[in-house]
Amino acid sequence: MRIPCPLCGPRDRREFYYKGAALDCPDPEAGAQAWDDYVHLRENPAGVTRDLWQHEAGCGAWIVVTRNTVSHEVLGAVLAREAVL
Amino acid sequence: MRLSDKNVGDVVRFRFDGVGYNGRVGDTVASALLANGVHLMGRSFKYHRPRGVLTAGSEEPNALITVGRGAHAEPNVRATVQEVYDGLEVFSQSAWPSLKFDAMAVNDLAAPFLVAGFYYKTFMWPKAFWEKVYEPVIRRAAGLGALSGKHNPDTYDKAFAFCDLLVVGSGPAGLMAATVAAEAGLDVILCDEDARMGGRLLAEVEDVDGLPAAEWAAAQIEKLAAMPNVRLMTRTTVTGAYDGGVFGALERVTHHVPRSAAPIECFWRITARRAVLCAGALERPIAFENNDRPGVMMAGAVRAYVNRWGVAAGQSVVVFGNNDDAHRTARDLHGAGVTVAALIDSRADAEVGDVPYPVHRGAHVVGTKGRMALREVMVRKGAAEFSVRADCLAMSGGWNPTVHLTCHMNGRPQWREDIAAFVPTPNAVPTLEAVGACNGAFSTAACLAEGMAAAERVVEALGAKVPEVALPEAEDAPYNILPLWAVAGKGRAWLDFQNDVSVKDVKQAAVENFRSVEHMKRYTTQGMATDQGKNSNVGALAVLADATGRGIPETGVTTFRPPYSPVAIAALGAGAQGKGFAPERLTTSHKQSVEVGAPMIEAGLWYRPSYFPRSGESTWRQSCDREVGYVRRSVGVCDVSTLGKIDIQGPDAGKLLDFVYTGMFSTLKEGRVRYGLMLREDGTVMDDGTCARMGAEHYVMTTTTAAAGDVMRHLEFVCQMLHPEWDVAFTSVTEQWAQFAVAGPKSRELLNGVLETALNNDDWPFMACGEVSVLGVAGRLFRISFSGEHAYEVAVPARYGAALFAELVRRAEAMEGGAYGMEALNVLRIEKGHITHSEIHGRVTAFDVGMERMISPKKDCVGKVLAAREGLVDPMRERMVGLRPVGAVKSLSAGAHVFEARAAHVHANDQGYVTSVCFSPAVGTMIGLGFVKNGPARMGERMVVRDHVRDLTVEVEICSPVFVDPEGVRVRG
Repeated sequence: MRIPCPLCGPRDRREFYYKGAALDCPDPEAGAQAWDDYVHLRENPAGVTRDLWQHEAGCGAWIVVTRNTVSHEVLGAVLAREAVL
Repeated sequence: MRLSDKNVGDVVRFRFDGVGYNGRVGDTVASALLANGVHLMGRSFKYHRPRGVLTAGSEEPNALITVGRGAHAEPNVRATVQEVYDGLEVFSQSAWPSLKFDAMAVNDLAAPFLVAGFYYKTFMWPKAFWEKVYEPVIRRAAGLGALSGKHNPDTYDKAFAFCDLLVVGSGPAGLMAATVAAEAGLDVILCDEDARMGGRLLAEVEDVDGLPAAEWAAAQIEKLAAMPNVRLMTRTTVTGAYDGGVFGALERVTHHVPRSAAPIECFWRITARRAVLCAGALERPIAFENNDRPGVMMAGAVRAYVNRWGVAAGQSVVVFGNNDDAHRTARDLHGAGVTVAALIDSRADAEVGDVPYPVHRGAHVVGTKGRMALREVMVRKGAAEFSVRADCLAMSGGWNPTVHLTCHMNGRPQWREDIAAFVPTPNAVPTLEAVGACNGAFSTAACLAEGMAAAERVVEALGAKVPEVALPEAEDAPYNILPLWAVAGKGRAWLDFQNDVSVKDVKQAAVENFRSVEHMKRYTTQGMATDQGKNSNVGALAVLADATGRGIPETGVTTFRPPYSPVAIAALGAGAQGKGFAPERLTTSHKQSVEVGAPMIEAGLWYRPSYFPRSGESTWRQSCDREVGYVRRSVGVCDVSTLGKIDIQGPDAGKLLDFVYTGMFSTLKEGRVRYGLMLREDGTVMDDGTCARMGAEHYVMTTTTAAAGDVMRHLEFVCQMLHPEWDVAFTSVTEQWAQFAVAGPKSRELLNGVLETALNNDDWPFMACGEVSVLGVAGRLFRISFSGEHAYEVAVPARYGAALFAELVRRAEAMEGGAYGMEALNVLRIEKGHITHSEIHGRVTAFDVGMERMISPKKDCVGKVLAAREGLVDPMRERMVGLRPVGAVKSLSAGAHVFEARAAHVHANDQGYVTSVCFSPAVGTMIGLGFVKNGPARMGERMVVRDHVRDLTVEVEICSPVFVDPEGVRVRG
């Protein structure tokens, strides 16, 4: 698997740390349900998904990777700081 | 018998089962043995039937050998792949006491009982017998080659490669694809599993562009080899296709020469923008009675041996096929002077032409005779039966395109009726195109054209200019075939030679309702041997289709998974054995610790001293107690450089720390240190440590040794993902600073000897920090304490670490103190109730460790919202306490569970567990830290600690986790 780091270009998956689904962090006042959703509940899509990876063995950038869980196709990646979730 | 040495090199000597033979450079063990008239090369797996070589390639199921002896021995090597060299020693397998007389061949007589499912049905009762009796006996009887049982002394390597185009296979299609792509200027890697490139062109009598095929191939390869943008990789099998254009490939680097220091194999990970699969096709056997005798071979293999190696597999050969390609074997054998005893074509209307040997159309081979070597072939034509004397039978049931790689990403091949074979489904591997014989194009002309066209598509797709390359002229004979899977008959007709699966076994599976091809495979074990059914899959499923009244496409194939051919685990894990398993991180004091005999223990990737033994001490406890005494009574020195250090700078550094720690850090005064607790988003504790404010916009954070990487990643996450607007930067400086704890009542006295400016309690109170000059070196000093004593940590640039450690220890020793290691460090912190990752193990909250008041109400922080959940602040949670033995037994063990005094020691009564224990010199017994339900409210309660693993029951009293100096006087002294 190859991941296109927006800063370094396409790199082997082993250079990256995987965190999980890319989600918008709720406001502290958002309520128990919103926080439960954010921390615990996950979609498990057969298809396109967006998840967070860090180019840990590279530039250190946290990135949002869009990929397809069925075909394993990696559709793109953007810096987390610029991602719209 | 060797007919010609035109295509082979010098004579070499090798041994097979202790007997010396001549071979030629370029020979495989199989071709060399055939040249010496040796047909018997192995015994089958289950019935121990005598077997000869069947094929001339890596798909070989029968001729498995062990190469070398002792620790270097390599079992299950295919004789068709192993090249001969001077001094090579190989051995047959699966036979005892010898290949010619194998005692286990008695299994063959019992064959009527050993049908499919025999083991499942027979060895069921009594149940206890399976592990003790049946399994050991079966394991001894079955199996292929044996491992030496010794450490593997051979070296393996791994490597990475990148290219525009990967071409898999160097036959006509592969050579054309590589040539076109190379001429277009693309970076090309051409891999072939064979020692020589050219594929089937090396094994055929035909012309390409007016040259003999092998000569044309040689010219193409020479041209490619001279191009700087082409890498030719022989003896390299592409074993798997993976996501993102990544391919695994095994290069057999030095299997063909005597052992040297060079690695014997190298596992490549090749990343290719595009790939063209030109893997060719594999010929399939026909099932008829006794089709497994030594001397029965694939027709294409017999032809390859005669054309490529100049070796006749027999003196009198019968050719039996259902397709036109088999005719070429008869033609080439005759052309080479070998007697073709008969050409038998199952098709009544086969066009053979005028040939000078007997031809029988519409006839079938129905059996063979000859136990150790083929003697006679039985033929039936209509009602008539006759036999033909022959020592070799060349059979061809047609060709199966080598579709495997196209299936590695879940693709399924498609059935093509006209060639009675499965072909790849296009785009099954997104960046790969299959062309030539592996795509069902069997003529040389079609292979050349498909290879060229595929490469042109790649060139265009990658934005290069399609070069002018002329398509060579070559034979374009049609491939006519009429399917024939199994010849009707009573006896055993073999499908899977390697696992001894017959037509009858597959039919039996169908009768017992194992109708799915996946079930049939597992029930009969067809296709489950090292050849993974390359020879038998299609034939077996055709028989299953027939037995279940379905079509072949409807029956389908089993799943092809990587690797295409066996890969040693040693190759996959190359470099990761022993020291290579993980990097080693060493502190600046490492050498000194080792020199004084300190046993080093791993802490993550770091190595740290357990204790520093002294003469006269016979147990680690004696050393440990002595070192604890240094710190409690005098002064001890400990290397704490392994703790993570993160340098944080910028106007928003305070905001970052306020957000990642539960406590406030933006209000921390310059020159002060504060203890901090970090939570995960779900509210559990992630890590703890101290953070020092070195300047207005400058902090130095420490983390635990174990979590340094996690914390760094977490800070990056917060700054990049949650708060990209903050103006703050940070970097790990763990390796840049050597840091030593100087702890104990005399710590200040010791440090004042090395610091330019002497310390006093007013300028340097507990939790002070600042820049200092240490023997003239700019360093940092932190008055922090993990031991509860008056203590400091002094840091200097790593290059001064070794010198400073030596100096501090020397001075400590002069003050009746000295160095202390991890064991003493652990005792000191348990006595003070200080937590480590034994306590904050991923399931505890700040509330559980008694630090709920450290979650500042004035601000938000990571984990704050969820840490406040009802269930996480329930007093009945297991919360941290101290444990002190009060009964006769004074021993404690970590991992033991806590129960009420008279309760049964079962899960339902579980009240908590023990996390850390040590012998405390201060208390005089063992003490422990643990978590007990509503623990802080149960001080003084007598409970029982039960360790079921060590069979230990201890009466304890619940107490404060701070055993030493609970008022915290010493630390401020």
